[in-house]
Amino acid sequence: MKKILIIGANSDMGKSFARDCAEKGSDLILTGRDEVRLEQLANDLKIRNNIKIEIMLFDIRNRDQVISFYDSLPSKPDVVACFIGILAETKECTNDFEIAKNIININFTYIILVLDQIANAFEHEKNGIIVCISSTAGDRGRASRYHYGSAKSGLNTYLSGLRQRLYKSNVRVINIKPGFCNTKMIKDIDTHEFLTSKPEDISKAIFRAIKYNLDVVYVYWFWKWIMLIVKLIPEFIFKRLNIK
Amino acid sequence: MQKISNWGKHPIINSEVLSFDNPYSLNDKIDISGKIITYGNGRSYGDASLQKKVVSTNRYNSLKDFDLKTGILKCESGVLLDDILSVFVPKGWFLPVSPGTKYITVGGAIAADIHGKNHHQDGSFGKYVIEMDIMRSDGTIINCSKNKNFDFFNLTIGAMGLTGIILDVKIQLHKIETAYIYQETQSFNNLDQIMDEFESQNNWKYSVAWIDLFAKKNNLGRGIFIKGRHAFKNELIDENFKINHLLTHRDSLLSLPFDMPSKFLNKFSGKLFNQIYYKLNYNKITSNIVHYDQFFYPLDKLRNWNRIYGSNGFTQYQLVLPKEIDRSVFKQIIRTIQDADASSYLAVLKLFGDQNDFMSFPMAGYTLSLDFPVNSSIFSLLNKLDEIVIKYGGRLYLAKDVRMNKDTLLKTYMNANAFAEAISILNNGPTYYSSLLSTRLGITS
Repeated sequence: MKKILIIGANSDMGKSFARDCAEKGSDLILTGRDEVRLEQLANDLKIRNNIKIEIMLFDIRNRDQVISFYDSLPSKPDVVACFIGILAETKECTNDFEIAKNIININFTYIILVLDQIANAFEHEKNGIIVCISSTAGDRGRASRYHYGSAKSGLNTYLSGLRQRLYKSNVRVINIKPGFCNTKMIKDIDTHEFLTSKPEDISKAIFRAIKYNLDVVYVYWFWKWIMLIVKLIPEFIFKRLNIK
Repeated sequence: MQKISNWGKHPIINSEVLSFDNPYSLNDKIDISGKIITYGNGRSYGDASLQKKVVSTNRYNSLKDFDLKTGILKCESGVLLDDILSVFVPKGWFLPVSPGTKYITVGGAIAADIHGKNHHQDGSFGKYVIEMDIMRSDGTIINCSKNKNFDFFNLTIGAMGLTGIILDVKIQLHKIETAYIYQETQSFNNLDQIMDEFESQNNWKYSVAWIDLFAKKNNLGRGIFIKGRHAFKNELIDENFKINHLLTHRDSLLSLPFDMPSKFLNKFSGKLFNQIYYKLNYNKITSNIVHYDQFFYPLDKLRNWNRIYGSNGFTQYQLVLPKEIDRSVFKQIIRTIQDADASSYLAVLKLFGDQNDFMSFPMAGYTLSLDFPVNSSIFSLLNKLDEIVIKYGGRLYLAKDVRMNKDTLLKTYMNANAFAEAISILNNGPTYYSSLLSTRLGITS
């Protein structure tokens, strides 16, 4: 935990995680699309704790930047946390090819292209932790957001395979499933307060996973059981249900 | 749409909640036209930050600048006091004024011009604000301070968010040597003794008293007087304290998952709690060194203690009466509550120092704050108490109010009319700053 790379540091979850890392005294590399906001975050973190912070502009939709991601890093981290993700409803995806393509590429394709580079480097070093934010939406496809859900499902499968591959190289792969989290991403969804976590909770879950050697973490414990039940419902019944 | 309320959980309304982390996205990407009010961390008690459309500052929470030598902090208005303590206590700086919870935003502290246990010496939060940026009704951002746009600056402190959205603020922190408080607590048998103590012990930086409102006759107004000051490093004897004398607080893990049944707090349980607390401290003078979290924020230990009052919610009634008023008026207030069979479970008394600001609550005199669960009979009692407050030239704290009427405001806040007029002049753009509180009190439409 000497140097932590935060991909998507301008997100609400990324920002919150960055603050906790700063409090614990780790040096940071922050990536994001908006330079002004990255600088602002770096400034906030420096006031909190006297740590070394580097920033790198990175847009995951840019092919060249994805290909050269690891080589472009200003220095090399031993922990990577990826907070990249976008959300869209099924209706938006089916009406607009671009939205559908972005949902799949940003939540799945491009992320794995980036993580592959990190995985190779960590495997070589025989050390490292990869944290990726996935979603409970990837546990089973539901009518309301299944483009998003299937991309996250792909991501879950990828992370599971990656974990097995890197196990013998002493590299850990942590998959965080937030359920609903109160960020700008879900601003249009009606969620119950009780089911909705805060960005700070995600950060705590990551540290919990690192400390206790966990692989897959549901941010609130009950989501694990909710999703288990959702997964166990036979398809012929599930298709008739109206679960959001 | 989202269900929102403040700490009293009454009222709960459906509201469109907007949030931002960049002020330039307001108006540009986020439509803040029409009636709107800023919502911080929802820790005022009543309807002060409620409206059909609110703009939340919960994501506008970055630190911008800090001078370790002078203790001047520049930050965004959504920063919680909790966050300031976590970051700056280890550097030897503390809040200049702190209320009974650390889970409020800096913006809210300014809007309500909050006070704390050191009011008699140090005044209210507004006094430590150096500079502010505020988004006005027409969408422009005004920078104001004691030297620049002073009228606007002055009006904003205690204006309950009605002059605009408070954005970046610069505040003065207070230098400390340790994170610990030297405190002394002593029980007193009646109200007179407690008030004597307030008046003779005003050289202590912090003072407050808890009052057992169930006690009657000779014991009327008995309670525990608590005074304290920041401990010096050489006073720390406990080895655990010495290891890190600037230790910050920890997050509380205790929380109530559900609302308690509304019958949970009743006359009997209330009386019991109050008696136990009194008896534990009875006839004892204790002096000890405690962490600031224990001294200032005991209720924060239970993260959502408001659920104790059940799903109907509760209200806090905080009044202040001028210093020269006879003490018997406070006894009359306590008796009125007892006669109505509606004792308050948590009553806190405090002597304020001088303050005479435009719309701020504090004035020289005693302030009494009372918790009541919301039920059918409570509001008629509070109306009766209003009459006493009006009669003796006192006033009620707007950050806690949920039921006062316009008439009471006009009779108790001398500047209420001028304030309403100023707000109506300022509300001249597409955004109309207005809350359920300001509408109820006739300050805005």
